[in-house]
Amino acid sequence: MDWDDYPLDGFFDELIGSDGRPRPELRAASAFLDALSLPELIERQNAAELAIRTMGITFTVYNDDAALDRQWPFDVIPRIISTREWTRVTAGLEQRLEALNLFISDIYNEQKIIQDDVFPGGLLEASANYRLACRDFTPPLGVWAHVCGSDLVRDGDGTMYVLEDNLRVPSGVSYLLENRLVTKRVFPELFRNLDIMPVDDYPTRLHDLLASLSPRRGEAPTIVVLTPGIYNSAYFEHAFLAQQMGAELVEGTDLVVEDDIVYLRTIDGLARVDVIYRRVDDLFLDPEVFRPDSALGVPGLMRAWRAGNVGLANAPGAGVADDKVVYAYVPDIIKYYLGEEPLIANVPTYICDRDDDRAYVLDHLDELVVKPANESGGYGIFVGPHSTREQQDDCRAMVKADPRNWVAQPTLQLSTAPTLCEGQVRPRHLDLRPFVLSGEEHSVTQGGLTRVALREGSLVVNSSQGGGSKDTWILDTGDEHAAALPSQDHAHSQTQSQSQSENHNQSQNQSGSGSP
Amino acid sequence: MIDDVTEPRSPSAPPTRKTTKGESMLLSRMAESIYWTGRYLERAETTARVIKAHTELYLDLPKAAGLGWEPLLRITGTSDTFEEIFDEPSEEYVVSFLAADTRNPGSIVSSLERARNNVRTSRTIVPREAFEALNELHLTAAESRDMAVARRGRIGWMSDVIGDVQRITGVLAGTMSHDEAYAFLRMGRQIERADMTSRVLEVRVSSLAQSSDRLMPYADVQWMSMLKSLTAHQMYRRAMQTRVNGPDALRFLLQDPRFPRSVDHCLDQFAKALEEVPRGDEVMPACIDARELVSDTKVRTLVWEGLGDFVDELEICLANLDNALNEVYFQGAVPHPSAMLASA
Repeated sequence: MDWDDYPLDGFFDELIGSDGRPRPELRAASAFLDALSLPELIERQNAAELAIRTMGITFTVYNDDAALDRQWPFDVIPRIISTREWTRVTAGLEQRLEALNLFISDIYNEQKIIQDDVFPGGLLEASANYRLACRDFTPPLGVWAHVCGSDLVRDGDGTMYVLEDNLRVPSGVSYLLENRLVTKRVFPELFRNLDIMPVDDYPTRLHDLLASLSPRRGEAPTIVVLTPGIYNSAYFEHAFLAQQMGAELVEGTDLVVEDDIVYLRTIDGLARVDVIYRRVDDLFLDPEVFRPDSALGVPGLMRAWRAGNVGLANAPGAGVADDKVVYAYVPDIIKYYLGEEPLIANVPTYICDRDDDRAYVLDHLDELVVKPANESGGYGIFVGPHSTREQQDDCRAMVKADPRNWVAQPTLQLSTAPTLCEGQVRPRHLDLRPFVLSGEEHSVTQGGLTRVALREGSLVVNSSQGGGSKDTWILDTGDEHAAALPSQDHAHSQTQSQSQSENHNQSQNQSGSGSP
Repeated sequence: MIDDVTEPRSPSAPPTRKTTKGESMLLSRMAESIYWTGRYLERAETTARVIKAHTELYLDLPKAAGLGWEPLLRITGTSDTFEEIFDEPSEEYVVSFLAADTRNPGSIVSSLERARNNVRTSRTIVPREAFEALNELHLTAAESRDMAVARRGRIGWMSDVIGDVQRITGVLAGTMSHDEAYAFLRMGRQIERADMTSRVLEVRVSSLAQSSDRLMPYADVQWMSMLKSLTAHQMYRRAMQTRVNGPDALRFLLQDPRFPRSVDHCLDQFAKALEEVPRGDEVMPACIDARELVSDTKVRTLVWEGLGDFVDELEICLANLDNALNEVYFQGAVPHPSAMLASA
């Protein structure tokens, strides 16, 4: 590969610097790319696709009510991040999850943050993910969001932002692990020569975290993964994680609650369950408490949980902190509980319910992305730079009519990375979803799931809409001084944002949310 | 074939028997999935063997013998479904229907898909290598299905399916813990195999009896083909040390204690697997009934009359056995979606 015809298009590229060469700190790690000819690279891509097929790595898309298994889309060129930068990101994510868990506990108990006027209590009533059934309860370890997938994006000047936190049933981690397996099959020689941080300890860490939630301390716990079933878009992942952890993969009908204790139906009668890693959304978890028509849940599960007889991860109600309006308050939440400045920036968010913010938003509609606060799945988003005068007028009217339902963000210039597209290496926009485990301590995956928009100019990275993925390498580049990455506290520049939010397709599929 | 998993079952009251970890943690639903994986894999393999043997027999016999393709439909119990779709049992239609047609839930491609979907819901207990092999087989067979129909590619296609299923069986034997789940896999395989053997017997023998005039000169060839459909010819020769004749062939396929596709051997293996799972004693009586029916029968007279009734009785015994498994082990499990996925 030589990089002479690689077009930079004015975006921040993860690998190629403004001089048209690989960034100095990534030069050694990416040298293998320079040594490969284009046909050789294409050959590796084909080998990767073959491996994915044989390994049965699939994702599910919904089409005309039928669920179809598709091969997992994968780009063979890895995305490379230096250990130096990743250490900062890790600290920022741990800080974020520490604060978010304190926030959730507080919200369901004393609500000090509301009494201290840092967070407006009125927002809770408007939140679709606030669960009254969780009031006055603290789960073991005080942790609610045990598994979090936060979406990170890099802006035009290289600054990393958190675009959103997924605290309910975030998915994608299995693809992160499988992408690594595929890359190892395709580039076996590289893993000997480069110190790429391993990712395959995730299932062990998840298992240990789940085991720490067991009510029967001192005994080997029975851990199960609760899935909505084979039709769920993330079913592959549920099966994968259960298999990797040696846990049972169960559906709601496999479980039964008697005397506030959860049991499995086995060939030899009922067997007690200690911890449930649930990948079924809150509202479908227990028909006694939430949606009575749910066939995916287990009647009595909430009773068993509140009685302390079973561990649930993530805790029901944890989603209250991944609401779009709550998101805007995360920097304040971090300051309030930890007395620290956020280490990773939020995308600046204007809350239209505030007079100053609203005035600014209404003045700058052509530059901003305006999002409804309580919608999910990218529904109802207004993108200023792509809008007509008429659409701007409509948007203005909607914001004025119900200001508390709207937030606005500057339009981000998502960074790009070299990607093999139709036989050529071209820049494509991407994001990154690392996973944070929180129990007695926090742990962050080494890297994350990189999702890439395969269509030219596209910012949509969802696999169901033509998005692909890349292996993500965190590696020690060794050369501190060569690192030319901009600092994290850089002010945002104006740019563009589009939510890569999870598909909350509950109503269609009665499923856990979150297709990657 | 016996009662399929797609039959809706009424949900029953949850079992109240409590177990402790260590005794048995196999989910009822998983046990059912793995049992059906065993059945579907065996069904795919045996169907391929039967089509292969029938094709070879067809090529050997002169046209005057009047051998058609309809017996294959009777062996697989798919005549009714076939007649709803096709107007005549031509070679092309029958082979395509039995090998490749997803409208036939018992076709090789459908069986592989069902086996694969059942494994997909029990991936935690099936070794990844076996899942990958099954996944690959399911995809390749579905993609190359046209090869199964044309005579030129057919034998090769059938041999590939047989070989690949054998490989999966080997991977399972060599990499999966020989635990309760593995016992259910074997039970599924053995009951399906016993079922197929008895069907092959019935159809082959009855077609001999009916068309005595034209086919009689070729009786030996037909008996041989019956043995070959079940890959039994060589072992028969070795065990019986005699030329192929009806009563001996029948006895061999029903009662031989050592040949792995004889009904007696299948039921013996089934019983051994049953002894490895909890509450096996609740199912054992149904298994013993079937074994006694087979061992008590007078094979010599059966060749000339009563084989149809005997096989009907055996089918009922096998269905009872399947029902006993459902009642004791699978009832707690509500039928799951994978059962309906077959031709989605």
